[in-house]
Amino acid sequence: MTGHGNTAFIEIQNVSKYFGDFAAVDAVSLKIGKGELFSILGGSGCGKTTLLRMLAGFETPTAGRILIDGVDVTELPPYERPVNMMFQSYAIFPHMTVEKNVAYGLEKEGVPRDEIKRRVADMLNLVQLGTFAARKPRQLSGGQQQRVALARALVKSPKVLLLDEPLAALDKKLRGQTQFELMSIQDKLGITFVVVTHDQEEAMILSSRIAVMDKGRLIQVGTPKEIYEYPNSRFVADFIGTINMFEGTVVDVDSDRVRVNCKDAGGELVALSDVPPAVGSAVCVAVRPEKIFISQTEPENSEDTRLAGVVADLGYFGNLSLYRILLAGGRIVQVSAQNRRRSAERFLEWDDKVFISWRPRSAVLLTD
Amino acid sequence: MLWQRFTIAIPYFWLLVFFLAPFAIILKISLADPIIAQPPFTPFFDDDGSITATADNYTFLLTDKLYAVTYFKSVAMAAIATLLCLALGFPMAYGIARADERTRNLLLLLIVLPFWISFLLRVYAWMGLLNNYGVINNVLMWLQVIDKPIAFMYTDFAIYIGLVYSYLPFMVLPLYATLERMDLDLVDAAQDLGARPSQAFWDITWPLARPGVIAGCLLVFIPAMGEYVIPYLLGGPESLLIGRVLFDEFFVNRDWPLASAVAIVLLLLLVVPIVFLQRSRAQDEGRLA
Repeated sequence: MTGHGNTAFIEIQNVSKYFGDFAAVDAVSLKIGKGELFSILGGSGCGKTTLLRMLAGFETPTAGRILIDGVDVTELPPYERPVNMMFQSYAIFPHMTVEKNVAYGLEKEGVPRDEIKRRVADMLNLVQLGTFAARKPRQLSGGQQQRVALARALVKSPKVLLLDEPLAALDKKLRGQTQFELMSIQDKLGITFVVVTHDQEEAMILSSRIAVMDKGRLIQVGTPKEIYEYPNSRFVADFIGTINMFEGTVVDVDSDRVRVNCKDAGGELVALSDVPPAVGSAVCVAVRPEKIFISQTEPENSEDTRLAGVVADLGYFGNLSLYRILLAGGRIVQVSAQNRRRSAERFLEWDDKVFISWRPRSAVLLTD
Repeated sequence: MLWQRFTIAIPYFWLLVFFLAPFAIILKISLADPIIAQPPFTPFFDDDGSITATADNYTFLLTDKLYAVTYFKSVAMAAIATLLCLALGFPMAYGIARADERTRNLLLLLIVLPFWISFLLRVYAWMGLLNNYGVINNVLMWLQVIDKPIAFMYTDFAIYIGLVYSYLPFMVLPLYATLERMDLDLVDAAQDLGARPSQAFWDITWPLARPGVIAGCLLVFIPAMGEYVIPYLLGGPESLLIGRVLFDEFFVNRDWPLASAVAIVLLLLLVVPIVFLQRSRAQDEGRLA
């Protein structure tokens, strides 16, 4: 995980793409650093694939410019760009062997025959397909096809590798393994990866930075940690992981300490904010389930937000337990707790009266 | 079990009765001599039970230059018509396969629509269009592009128009079926790897469309080779094709044995390209499987 976008290697300047009246991508500006593993994350139809296809050259932006390594590629066709793409469908040529598939790009480039042979062999070894060179794509498993697609895209040593939902077609077990392989290959070759995915877990694990998109616009760009811990909007908070969101109105602001009245929580919530909103404005206090403490006796610390409720539902997952707590205000809160001890304390049961609490800095105050 | 065998037996029975048996009969007739009788050929077995088969008809086919020339001309015209259909049909099928769903269905309907009208009527319609005082000549003269009618009718040109017009759908439909199944990402991938659009076409689209190309070519070439109606109605006296010769031998000269021999040789001429293309298709499928 090198680079952090300080020097822009890929520069997307105010790019929009319209299909008729519909803005698939709406004024997106983004800088991606050299050697980054950058993810574009969003639900289906958010414009992430269109953005990727504009980077590859399959779509031309309606407005804006795209620069790669300082060169304006906005108008360049795909076959003249220093980028390669790994397709979601893998798009392996069914009538060619594995070796021919990987060699195709080099042949089009006019690389000498013996050099092609060497580079293809090297690349197939890197993705551990050395013994499969003569196979036909149909004879390969999904995971192996994925590696062929990766090898074929990487063999041309592109400046940027674009990956469209790279792991979506793999089964769960293979995914975990492939994720780390992708990361180690990226680390080894130092090529800038841009990944498009709808899977937030995948984006979190893989990426050095994530851009969250919705309805064609960029909502937030940051490291996985920033995105998870400091979402800048209700959309991001809700999209990444699980979160409890309390809608309410600001009743008091004391420097960075904001007190919010939330009816359905049945009490006042406290959150910290660098730019505190005005008293009386509508805000949202968001707290992740693992940031909430659960206890049967009332917690002492008066700084914390404290709410009373009963256990409405619980799920035991072995390493942790998930609770759904029904608050006095009638609202359900999700809480997760590590099962650190085996028998030291009594496990909570249905309908137990409990208190939940969290520290002010654990909550995020959202206005968007 | 019995039921299963029965269902498998049906197609075999069908082929036996309606293809193999007539073929055997024609083969038998081709080995007889013509006589003025009913039926107009010598019986296969003599009164004393000996076989009377003769290869005279085949030797006649080989010695009379007319037949060789006619066969050659038929093969050539069918082949050219097939290539014309391919050249016209491929872009059509490609366009249809890449159109959005609603336009696609409409275009397919338009391709199939002519089948709702009798083939013979459609060929007659072309006579109306092509003759000296037909629509095309009249329009051209009215536009003063020409000052006297162009003789389209009764030429090879008219035959080609008839063949291409009639058999184009048989080329377009199988091509469409293969092109429509093709993953568009493959072409994008080729371009992404540095292929220009034309290179991507020849490297990816064309080889993957081959099964459709072969099927379409067979579906056009085979009937075009034996075509009788189109050359008869649109062609001139000099465009003597094998279908016409066959018809004349049967019904004008009433030389059934020679006509049968012509038919058998035609069949052999058709079997060669079919076997060849089928094998190459099997290879394609083997390659893809």
